[in-house]
Amino acid sequence: MRTYTNKKNVQAKPYYTDRFWKAPQVAKYEVESDEVFAADLAAIKAKFPVSDAFIQVEQMTVWINASDIYGVLELMRDELAYTQLSEMSAIDFIEQRDEFEIFYQMLSMTKRKRIRIKYTIKNGQAVDSVEKLFRSADWSEREMFDMFGIEANAHPFMKRILMPYDWQGYPLLKTYPLQGDEFAAWYEVDKIYGKEAREEIGPEIRDTSTIDRYDSERFAKLGHEVPKGTEITGDEPKNEQNYQEEGGVFLIKKFDKDSSKVIDDPQR
Amino acid sequence: MAQHKVNYTQDGGLPVALTSIDKIVNWGRSNSIWALTYGLACCGIEMMASGASRYDFDRFGTIFRASPRQADVMIVAGTLTKKHAEFIKRLYDQMTEPRWVISMGSCANTGGMFNTYATVQGVDRIIPVDLYLPGCAPRPETLQYGVMLLQKKIRANKAGNAQKPKRLM
Repeated sequence: MRTYTNKKNVQAKPYYTDRFWKAPQVAKYEVESDEVFAADLAAIKAKFPVSDAFIQVEQMTVWINASDIYGVLELMRDELAYTQLSEMSAIDFIEQRDEFEIFYQMLSMTKRKRIRIKYTIKNGQAVDSVEKLFRSADWSEREMFDMFGIEANAHPFMKRILMPYDWQGYPLLKTYPLQGDEFAAWYEVDKIYGKEAREEIGPEIRDTSTIDRYDSERFAKLGHEVPKGTEITGDEPKNEQNYQEEGGVFLIKKFDKDSSKVIDDPQR
Repeated sequence: MAQHKVNYTQDGGLPVALTSIDKIVNWGRSNSIWALTYGLACCGIEMMASGASRYDFDRFGTIFRASPRQADVMIVAGTLTKKHAEFIKRLYDQMTEPRWVISMGSCANTGGMFNTYATVQGVDRIIPVDLYLPGCAPRPETLQYGVMLLQKKIRANKAGNAQKPKRLM
């Protein structure tokens, strides 16, 4: 019987964690400490419910409801002069809370301010597309679908963007192993040669510390090559590798090292 | 009738060189290795540098071609992703025989530092490779040396015979 392994989080973990160590948090400040942000937040709060808002590293984070995202971004673009959506994606919190955090990073060139809009969705839920508001969301939402499997409603072309269309699995999920699952390991072999070729081509060598017993036979020290099958001792004599064969090459003058001029000065 | 001034029978004056078919065919092949432009990542920059004036690949007869049908050697320079694997196979199949493959750099040889789900762990899983160049990225001198070794390899083969099917892996 196969041993049980917890597949909730297969990403690499530290070997040792101090149970009394508390991860440092970036300091949070009241929104009222910055008057531009305070005015922006008041404008958002007038129309939409806001569950939390604070300033971290001179940027404001606003937590809203998932259904309000289109309205909030429209308000921010048209009335609050946040005209750029620089980035958007998701964060996997499936193991902790069975949900994703979605963030939208907004930039105002006139106010010189950045605001991060955040909300959570449950695992398996879809988000509302903001592609109609910001063209940059087109590819970002496709990438989010590609990497997390979160679909965007009303997106004009909801397909994978980085991975091939016939790929299985969502690589940025915590449950996805970094070196790929079984589908990923055989993807190119199955697609090009078919499953029958798996045995002939063999599995991928992922272990970087693998030592092949033929390595020293096949790969010799450059300039100290020996014939195949020779016992490698480590102090092989210098084996002058001539570009031209002993008999010379047809129609080409034999290169004579002694009569050639060597340029020593690299700054000639 | 004009008098011939050259004595053809003395001092190598005869404008005839005797050789075997193998040698003259291999001489032609080895001195006109046209390479397929195949820069996939940063090794492609070194490959371009090899083709440019300082390292000057043209003096080996190596001219980069943008079509697999005109190319003799495929220099796989860079990281091969799994998405791209089928295209490298298709381009290799489109090359006319005899054809050779140089795997340039760690990524093309073994996947290199990209021990991830999206990278093919060595192009020899997809196409047979004649020459592996170590380095990350190999310097243009390494690629030049590789092409010279390939020329040597071509000269060692029988020209008349059809190319033996190469073993994958």
